[in-house]
Amino acid sequence: MLKHFSVSEEDLKKVLAAALEKGGDYADLFFEHTFNNAVGLRDGEVNTASSNIDYGVGVRVLAGDQTGYAYVENTTLEDMLKAARTAARIANVATIKLPSEIGLKIAPQNFYAVKQSWEDIHVKQRIPFVQKLNDRIFELDPRINKVMVSLSDSSSHILFVNSEGVKYSDYRPMVSLVATCVMLENGVYENGHASRSFRMGFEFLTDELIEEIAKDAVEETAIMFKAIKPKGGEMAVVMGAGSSGIFLHEAIGHSFEADFNRKGTSIFSNMLHKKICGDLINVVDDGTIPFNRGAVNMDDDGVDGQKTYIVREGILHSYLHDRISAKHYSIPSTGNGRRESFRHAPLPRMRATYMENGNASEEEMIASVKKGVFVNSFTNGQVQIGAGDFTFFVKSGYLIENGKLTQPIKDINIIGNGPQALADITMVANNYKMDNGTWTCGKDGQSCPVTCGMPSALVSKLTVGGLS
Amino acid sequence: MTFSLNQGCQAAKVTLYSGSDTEFEIRDKQLDKLQQSSENQMILNLYVDGRYGSFSTNRMEKHELSKFITNAVESVRFLAPDTNRQLPNPERFYKGGKPDLELYDLKINELQPDEKLQLAYDAANEILGTDERILSIQSSYSDGESFSYMITSNGFEGESSLSYYSVMVSVSLQGEGESRPESYWYDQALSYEDLKKSGIGKIALDRTLQKLGQEKIESGSYHMLVDNMNSGRLLSPFLSAMNGSALQQKNSFLLDKKGEQVMSDKVTIVDDPHIPHSFGACYFDNEGVATRKRYLFNKGVLETYFIDTYNALKMEVEPTISGPSHLVFELGQHSMEEIISTLEKGILITGFNGGNNNSTSGDFSFGIEGFLIENGKLTKPVSGMNITGNMLSLWNDLEEVGNDPRLNNAYQIPSLLFKNVDFSGL
Repeated sequence: MLKHFSVSEEDLKKVLAAALEKGGDYADLFFEHTFNNAVGLRDGEVNTASSNIDYGVGVRVLAGDQTGYAYVENTTLEDMLKAARTAARIANVATIKLPSEIGLKIAPQNFYAVKQSWEDIHVKQRIPFVQKLNDRIFELDPRINKVMVSLSDSSSHILFVNSEGVKYSDYRPMVSLVATCVMLENGVYENGHASRSFRMGFEFLTDELIEEIAKDAVEETAIMFKAIKPKGGEMAVVMGAGSSGIFLHEAIGHSFEADFNRKGTSIFSNMLHKKICGDLINVVDDGTIPFNRGAVNMDDDGVDGQKTYIVREGILHSYLHDRISAKHYSIPSTGNGRRESFRHAPLPRMRATYMENGNASEEEMIASVKKGVFVNSFTNGQVQIGAGDFTFFVKSGYLIENGKLTQPIKDINIIGNGPQALADITMVANNYKMDNGTWTCGKDGQSCPVTCGMPSALVSKLTVGGLS
Repeated sequence: MTFSLNQGCQAAKVTLYSGSDTEFEIRDKQLDKLQQSSENQMILNLYVDGRYGSFSTNRMEKHELSKFITNAVESVRFLAPDTNRQLPNPERFYKGGKPDLELYDLKINELQPDEKLQLAYDAANEILGTDERILSIQSSYSDGESFSYMITSNGFEGESSLSYYSVMVSVSLQGEGESRPESYWYDQALSYEDLKKSGIGKIALDRTLQKLGQEKIESGSYHMLVDNMNSGRLLSPFLSAMNGSALQQKNSFLLDKKGEQVMSDKVTIVDDPHIPHSFGACYFDNEGVATRKRYLFNKGVLETYFIDTYNALKMEVEPTISGPSHLVFELGQHSMEEIISTLEKGILITGFNGGNNNSTSGDFSFGIEGFLIENGKLTKPVSGMNITGNMLSLWNDLEEVGNDPRLNNAYQIPSLLFKNVDFSGL
């Protein structure tokens, strides 16, 4: 990988030394070379292609909790030294010594070994799958009026080296296939979409995958014609298995990211090791699921990918740490230090966030609700870390009336408060499912690929949007 | 461009971007983060044998670029033809000759790091130690510059440059129980002189203090007043629905509505792109097409769509412009405070929390926070509630347009009062 970036071990040492010349206590260099490609279908034909190449190196210097960061888009020694000296200005104390050797750290496992790298795949090999997805969607329902399909892939070459003598390289593949469709029925248009995304190579594209996405997109859209806006207010909510994991991501995941807790600004800042919800609840943030969109072999701080229990048997077990917060709390990092690209310093970020199975069934859960909603299709969510108010937008679901699913519903926002909503989870089913859609998490202007999953769960009270 | 044409492109557009940014962030009396960045990018839009692709890179070395373009041209040849992909008719291009829009302030090259750092400290120092409930104060100063240059094979050539300066403060407070409300305030300007360098911290603290004790209130239909920080959120679904691509894909609640009354007759909005020294100002869009002043809504009637060359050819309609630049509202008579004083009962929105809008139907549902208004006064901070409705009926129920847009934005939208809005809470 040194060769890939045209740098020598000697260069790396010089740049790290420059980064620490004002007395920072830690420095790292993050080299990245990423190739992005996309092909798009519109009005029945694969008629656009795009590619992007991104290349550069980020230099980070830490002095206690303080961060200095600079990057350049080439890897000449002169420019790297300039960036290092800019980042170095964060510190103003005595200097420390660099290790004389930079050892190569090997990730314990490769969670996303590719069979066929996207870099070796020609655009003409991608086209037939995109075309087939379009054709299959049209076959499935005569009401289909418009379809757009996009296949995008990326391959990132990463080289990381730090002032503790750790060096590793990583090859990160990613692929997403997204279909958007519009249906027309009696003069009314409705839209829906479906997607799948994995850290995989060309082997991602199979006939089974096309069939899955086509069916999901058609079902998502068709239900909208029957759906209504419900009457709003506080009520019980049954979160369906799979994409309901967005609830965990927003309601608790962000608030457990240790930077907010280190700064004392999270509603969960004083709750570590305290009981926050029922005994049956275990919530995990996991970077070790093979080929998952949120998998990380090594995080962007140089820490091994790992599986972290954030809630264990109802007790807040661990925050999600990066290098800075781990040092602050004097514990090992949980490997959650991630960055969007070489242009950014790492932050504590989620990976694949999910709840483990409970012992109830979805049927008994629904049967126990007199008045409420069942939700299983979402578009987006948000949270206020300090106040704890989180929301997620429901694309579709059903009313629950007297223990039965009745009328389909659509386009409503649900809002709740993190600690309260967790405490209000009264049943967890045994039907855990991971959602492998194109989930992207935004924080401090950085986007990171994540996933979420969940078994069905009953929250006894949330505020559901709707008519008055 | 010449190389691309020599490789077999019949037409091409090449865009160059370069920019740099600096940020100093202070947290609790200490420099928390300094970040410096500079970047370059080249974007190529290539038209090959009736086919189209778009390519970009930050690797500008000649031999790498040659290989990149050769591969790009080769890959486009495998796509299905799409003859609607064309450069604009040259008659529509901006031809130059207009006065400078004054979007770039040379001061950016003179400011020293210490001065910038001091501005970030000053913003926080205003409120340090002024309230014992303060948990954390974060402040930042940032500035940057960007340049772009665009050339097309059918005769367009244009460039633009921009600088910006910004100060931001966010405050986190100890609320009741474990609650830690937070809020922020910022200013941004195109020139250093215009940047408000004091008062930001004070407003940020006030906005956060006002949030203490927020609670959910009863569901119901209320008057809704939206402040000028947030009113843009309610206009943006309309701007998306006016986009040519959404219309062509039948994914717009404004489909076939041009010329119709789609909002209250109190709404008149103009896209006015040539006001010097204003955010969003420009002489040409991303295709090189000359911008001009145009009505988006005139007394509630939808006057235009945003239709670029491609979607115009697809839909067989006249092209307009790719998108809005600098939006100006025809203002009403009263400020937000004056409107509050006239309301017997209603809810003032000071923040949205998530939510979304259905692009084909205009149905929306958003989380909100703000204040209950009773007898002309703010009586209780509220949060944890949703508003739900339809964009067309909401804007049809617009009662009053305020006179108070924030001027440091491309979309200058004042506070807005709507009636009969469904709130869900208790």
